[in-house]
Amino acid sequence: MNAIIFSAIWGVLMMFTGAFVQSKTLPKYLAITGAALLFLLNGIELYNGTPIFNINGMNMLAITSMNLTFLEVIFAATLLFFMLSGRDVERVGEHVSEYFALIFFVLCGVSLSSTYNTLLLLFLGIEIMSIPLYVLTGADKRNLKSNEASLKYFLMGAFSTGILLMGIAFIYGGNTNASFYIDQIHLGVGKMPVMITVGVVLLIIALSFKVSAAPFHFWTPDVYDGAPTVFTSFMSTIVKAAGFFAFIRLFKTSFGPVQGQWQNLIVFITVATMLIGNVTAVFQQSVKRMLAYSSIAQAGFMLLALFALNQTADDGIILYSAAYSLATIGIFAILIKMNDYTIEGFNGLAKQQPLLGLVATICLLSLTGIPLTAGFTSKFFMLTAAVENGHKFWVVIVAVIFAAISAYYYFRVIQAIYFKEPSSAEPVIDAERVSGSFKILLAITAILILILGIYPEILIGWAHH
Amino acid sequence: MDIKAYIALSLTLFTTGIIGVLVRRNAIIVFMCVELMLNAVNLLLVAFSKMHAVSPAAKASLTYASDAQIFVFFIMIVAAAEVSVGLAIIVMMYRNTHSIDVNFLNRLKN
Repeated sequence: MNAIIFSAIWGVLMMFTGAFVQSKTLPKYLAITGAALLFLLNGIELYNGTPIFNINGMNMLAITSMNLTFLEVIFAATLLFFMLSGRDVERVGEHVSEYFALIFFVLCGVSLSSTYNTLLLLFLGIEIMSIPLYVLTGADKRNLKSNEASLKYFLMGAFSTGILLMGIAFIYGGNTNASFYIDQIHLGVGKMPVMITVGVVLLIIALSFKVSAAPFHFWTPDVYDGAPTVFTSFMSTIVKAAGFFAFIRLFKTSFGPVQGQWQNLIVFITVATMLIGNVTAVFQQSVKRMLAYSSIAQAGFMLLALFALNQTADDGIILYSAAYSLATIGIFAILIKMNDYTIEGFNGLAKQQPLLGLVATICLLSLTGIPLTAGFTSKFFMLTAAVENGHKFWVVIVAVIFAAISAYYYFRVIQAIYFKEPSSAEPVIDAERVSGSFKILLAITAILILILGIYPEILIGWAHH
Repeated sequence: MDIKAYIALSLTLFTTGIIGVLVRRNAIIVFMCVELMLNAVNLLLVAFSKMHAVSPAAKASLTYASDAQIFVFFIMIVAAAEVSVGLAIIVMMYRNTHSIDVNFLNRLKN
């Protein structure tokens, strides 16, 4: 509750800053303050159990410790993102404070879509999350690639919204309780009524669009590649994790009892996502595009939580969001500073910038899922959840095989960082773009990844608080 | 009137919208087809709301039956927000390329 209200207020405040303050650096510090306050306010609500701003929500919001812990992860990742890449947001264009304001509106949508208790708020949360992102994708107004990415994202997003709404309408029609509350959907005895079945299929399609799961992933590489790199970093981590959390909560609360009737569809989507994401990523030359495909591949792993739908999966999705966001934000923060986005551009990074090379390696190892990193523990949780589910054990084996394939394209970058000579005499990174504080923050990111890898209970404990 | 007639009309509109999005190349027309999809949903929600209001099973929770009518207003508001952002994006693209052909998008792949 705190987060929803405060993020909207702070977004408006940032917009007014843009109108009345000329300073170009102030918005960044204001945004960092806002993210820190969001983290703090949400933490207080998680710790005390009572929000500061209390509104009678007619039970339309489900404020549980699990949802709040997830939001806490999101705000921590946003804070880190602002501190690491705030300066690069300033370089995108002239309207710096508007970009930050839009990010705060996205955070408002994220807060709604991870605490909703009715289909109405699910729809509103997803829309509030998506509409500012269409604008952010096209923030680089003169760049044709950015324009096209923005138009494509917008058309695909609006299209999937239509499908989502059709699904909601059918579920409402087939539900004899005539209710939008997700815990009051009446599924009948035995087989689901036809209208509910149609609704469930449409919802799966629409939400797969939003989280870019195959075969509805085709917009992802183009949009992630065309958007300004800072915003790619934001939307491929925080927004995607939020989409997954909403997806899983809806299907667990409403359709969990009849999982047997839709599980096959999810299995198909999971395997297809892992296959397409991992295999296509192998052939990419640009690291930015490779990370876009890797985000599809990681989405496949997160879908295992939807396949399993048990307590371990709930813990796993929070841990996975944290691990994936930390590692991807870290690697993107380094990628933005590079002069050349291809894999050859990383040649000899470790010799010129030893710390950056080391942090990039830790992030990539975490994305691969090497033990001692957060990526390993989160993948372990996901696989455990899938095994506990008890059906279709082969999905777990397929997942492990694809995790091994993913090592190929992540390790190619590590190989370039450590074992290759720079291809030209120019430095891979302009030294003046790498400040001391940036290095310290990167080191903190790497340490956080290692801590979460060794003591995942820190995070899980809060979810059961 | 029977609810099936409403479902049929709404699905026809919805399918027209989907086919339009997939087939047409003009960004404005694609956009109009998306709006058609949303309006098909509005029609269906109102029809279902009426259906639930007269069915004996839902009489007990009559307040819920009107929820769908409120939902329709939210869809209209969100659609309006989407129109404002979408038209701005299309204008921005037109300024740079002097075209609103969606086929332009394929250039990104190379």
